[in-house]
Amino acid sequence: MRSYQSTINSQPFHMLDLQKYSCLGAALRDALERFAGETCLIEADRDREKVRLTYSDFKEVSLPLARALEDAEFDAGDRAAILMTNQSKWLITAYAIFYSGGVLVPLDYKLTAAEQLQLLEHSKAKVLVVEYYLWRAIMQSPAFNEIKTKLVLVSEAPLGAELAGGFRWEDFKRKGAPDFVMRQREDVACIVYSSGTGGRPKGCVLTHENYLEQCRALTAWYPFWPGVRYLSILPTNHAIDFMVGFIGPFVCGACVVHLRTLRPEFVRDAFVRYRITYVSLVPMIVKNLERGLRAKFDELPGWKRAILNRMIRLNKVLTRARPLPRVSRALLPQVHRAFGGELLALITGGAFMEPSSMQFFYDLGIPVVNGYGLTEAGTALTLNDLKPFRADTVGKPLPGVELRVLSPNEEGIGEIAARSKTVMSHYLDDPELTLETIVDGWLMTGDLGRFDKNGHVQLFGRKKNMIVTEGGKNIYPEDIETVFDGLPVKEYCVFAANYVWPQKELGRELLVIVVRLEQGQEFDSSLLQEIEARNRKLPDFKRVGGYVIWEKDFPRTASMKIKRQALAEDMGKTVDREAVVKL
Amino acid sequence: MKTAEETLGEILSLAAAHFKVPREKLHPDEDFFKTLNINSLQTLDLLTKLENHFHVELPDYELQGVSDFRTLAGKIQARL
Repeated sequence: MRSYQSTINSQPFHMLDLQKYSCLGAALRDALERFAGETCLIEADRDREKVRLTYSDFKEVSLPLARALEDAEFDAGDRAAILMTNQSKWLITAYAIFYSGGVLVPLDYKLTAAEQLQLLEHSKAKVLVVEYYLWRAIMQSPAFNEIKTKLVLVSEAPLGAELAGGFRWEDFKRKGAPDFVMRQREDVACIVYSSGTGGRPKGCVLTHENYLEQCRALTAWYPFWPGVRYLSILPTNHAIDFMVGFIGPFVCGACVVHLRTLRPEFVRDAFVRYRITYVSLVPMIVKNLERGLRAKFDELPGWKRAILNRMIRLNKVLTRARPLPRVSRALLPQVHRAFGGELLALITGGAFMEPSSMQFFYDLGIPVVNGYGLTEAGTALTLNDLKPFRADTVGKPLPGVELRVLSPNEEGIGEIAARSKTVMSHYLDDPELTLETIVDGWLMTGDLGRFDKNGHVQLFGRKKNMIVTEGGKNIYPEDIETVFDGLPVKEYCVFAANYVWPQKELGRELLVIVVRLEQGQEFDSSLLQEIEARNRKLPDFKRVGGYVIWEKDFPRTASMKIKRQALAEDMGKTVDREAVVKL
Repeated sequence: MKTAEETLGEILSLAAAHFKVPREKLHPDEDFFKTLNINSLQTLDLLTKLENHFHVELPDYELQGVSDFRTLAGKIQARL
């Protein structure tokens, strides 16, 4: 077993000393005072700026909401869910919840209405704050009548719109100073769902300590400061954006820019318009930016392309040991101007990032900071410190994070276990799963990796039956199987291909439906159409990518549950991955 | 005003030109993610082209859950 740990040595001088705080609400409250005159939030829709707030303005708009929540008997420890795209009201609402001592439940706006209702019920949220277009879909969902949420606040609803008992967010405010409700470090701050729609909900219960320590660790390596502008594109309900697109910038006096579209041309425009300093992106967007740049390079006349290539080579040599932003900007001014001229790094994580893409950007003088983490661990466990840049690893353990490789094989590869103050308290209402996941204080990540001689972590795959899409979504097969209910076959099961056929690399992730036909049944075109039709009911990122016909009955437990691991092992030994027929 | 079928036809032609595939390869009810082997960002790119062509503005969320040209045409037709 190999283990690595680093510690926090320093923090940016201007930021709040988070060691002194017991809860996020108190830290944010002080940030609003300390940085009162700084801009904290900009919201733009395409090229139209809609909101610009200083920290002082932010306080002015959030406290009336906190007071209204207080009047609505929203008490300490009560849960409030937010179901919104990235926008200013997300952060304003979150602060009001923390100010009131509440527990925040960030929900994924990309889920279906039925899935959102399911998680809402599981979380037992007393309050739901939701955007109108999402609420409209929820109101039309068959499960809507079972909703138990007591108070619903709907943002951006047209005047007079039918809200089924909900209130307009914009009108839900009261005069008078609300009471600040202090929480302790061990109290619950958020319940974040890492998966579990249609299957077993995995509500990660994260404490104030988890977030305060995560923030300390991240800002020790990548500080924010007043003047930094962070472009928030990843959904704020995602652990990464919640931390680096809200808590981190706020406790350092930086500015968050919300862009209410992911249209590539407006994302590019926002970089320039707001002279962005940092942005977190999923691999899909990084690849898109890369494609755009390569296309531009290909359009250059030969002599310009030759000069560009020479500058890239020179930049590569000069930045071998560490990034030199000023040098890179001087060598490749047009590239850097296209990104606003002040970009320090693209932060990526949550999904496999191709090393070639990271290297492409680094060679242009734009470091891609790759990391590794999971919701259960707060945000990130490792991050690349760029000393020097490495495209082949997910970096080193963050300060305060201890990692071990369990039962390593001859190549040093084994399951990664993590211990840190950032690891969640437990799964909501699931002690059994908690016991399986946190063993003697160590979080079993289910990811396979090893340390190299420099203490960098390299990932090689997963022990668990799940995939992570290039859009950063965790998809568990059990969560999507219900869409195939009633499929006219004897039995079926969905697997992550890499779980059945482990490979020593990430990427090439695919969900596969395994079909056991009835005796004498043939896999004909009508069955194929049936599978495809059901598959299309799923969002594109959740779809099954192939099928396998299996000739034996599935192994089952006494209670008739499929023994997935045994089936996967049997399949892995007897069927080749090439037998998967693409859908 | 264009009919729904005209709108659909124009969308198919624009998509074919945008993704550089033969027009006859695209069918109104087929899953365009699969047919064109594209991701959600690439569909957003197409949406911008369609907005410029039809002089409408569609928020990103209108595309959530849309994976065939007929449904997409319906969304655009509703705003014409």
